[in-house]
This record gives sequence, C-alpha cells and structure tokens, in this order.
Amino acid sequence: MSTRYSRVGRPRPAGRGRELAIWFLMRITGLGLFVLALTHFLITHVLYDPAEQTASWIAQVRWSSLFWRVFDWLLLMLVLFHGFMGVRTVIVDYASGRVRRVLVLLLYVIALVLFVLGTTVVTTLQVVPKG
Amino acid sequence: MLLRYRGRDGMFAWAFHRISGVAIWAFVVLHVVDIYLVGGKPELYNELLQFYASPIGRVMEALLGAALLYHALNGLRIIVMDFWPPLTRWHRQLWYLCWGIFVVVGVPVGWIILKPIWEGVSR
Repeated sequence: MSTRYSRVGRPRPAGRGRELAIWFLMRITGLGLFVLALTHFLITHVLYDPAEQTASWIAQVRWSSLFWRVFDWLLLMLVLFHGFMGVRTVIVDYASGRVRRVLVLLLYVIALVLFVLGTTVVTTLQVVPKG
Repeated sequence: MLLRYRGRDGMFAWAFHRISGVAIWAFVVLHVVDIYLVGGKPELYNELLQFYASPIGRVMEALLGAALLYHALNGLRIIVMDFWPPLTRWHRQLWYLCWGIFVVVGVPVGWIILKPIWEGVSR
C-alpha cells in the first residue's frame, strides 16, 4: 500500500483524481480560514461585543464598506467548501449505502441554501449612513 | 470508546479535530441563517442577539472560540505533517505546542467574552 501516512488528517488519496484535488483544497481553504475565520471571530467577539451587534449596527458599521462585505463573502465561500467537505468525510466514515447517499445529498442541499442566503444578504443589505 | 482505546495523544488530536469541526459547522449553518435575517427580518435577528449576549450565549461563544482555535492550530499541525512527513516524528511535541498557543491566546479571549457575565453590563 502506498497510502501516505498521516496521524490526524485524512490520508492523502492515491492517484490524481477528484479526491486528491479535494484533499489539497481542504488544506488550502484551511489556511485561508486560519486567517479569515480567526479575524472574523476577533472582530465580532473581542473588538466588539455581541450585545452591540444589532441589525442596524451591521448595516451602519460592520458592512458599511465593500471591503468587509467581500471579506465576509470570501469567508462564506471557504467555509462552504471546507466545512461541507469536512462533514462529508465524517458521513463517509460512519454511513454507507443509501443512508450515506441521502446524507451527502442533504448536505449539498444545505450548502446550496446557505450559499443563496449568505450571498443574498451580503449583496443586498442596504447601507444605512450613521447618524 | 474514546477512553478505552489506547491511541493516546494522536487519537485525541484526531477526535478533538473532528468534534470541533462538526460543532463549528453546526454554528455556521445557524449563523448564515441569522445573518440572512438581518436583511429579511431584523426584529427576529435582534431577538436572537439577546440570546447571543446572555450568559448562556456567552459560554457557548467561548466554547465556539475554543473549538475554532483548536481546529485552526491543529489544522496547521496536520498541514505541517502532511507536507513535511519527517516532522510527523514530532507529532506529540507539535500537539503540545498547539495547546501552548491555545492557552496563551484562548485565556485572554475567553476572559473578554465572559467578562460581561459577572460585570453585569454590556459594553
């Protein structure tokens, strides 16, 4: 067997197919999330307090610039890949046959719904000038 | 199962990575929906925000932060070992390094998140 050894992560798939691409992308999106997700958490839980993050605060402050909208949308894209491919790995480990197929399909449906909801709100929320 | 199987550190690193990953995923599903409400139903979002700012909400956020930080640090450890296999020899030391950074970063952040519970005021 020529499977590369890895103590914690998913072993690198053999060959050059789609699974290997997913394996690489999991690591690349992971690095991206290391920066984007931790920054996002730092902003929403350390620099600001959840208590002040009302809907109008988001419209007036948090999403008042294109930069932070693009930032959060990119974060969503990375999460939709990394999180959902990660959960797919978990499903494939514990379920088989029809249960596995149904769960994976359901997972993709949820991902699609989140893509639509997230993209809609980040592109359409009206900026409300402060004051 | 977790306590009986003697896989030690490497197995715990794996189990924590998986548990934290699924927990973060579950929060992301909730969080994208709640942010959608900011545009769709702001009153409902503000109501949910009350929960996020409550003591129980804050404890859960601290746990979310812990899951995120562990997953991020251990994820780097996985990448390091995947792309520089000789370093796998030091997998245990690398795991302890993750926990060191986890404590140094996590304790002050946890303090900031939880502080309003006993101070009784929100900033």
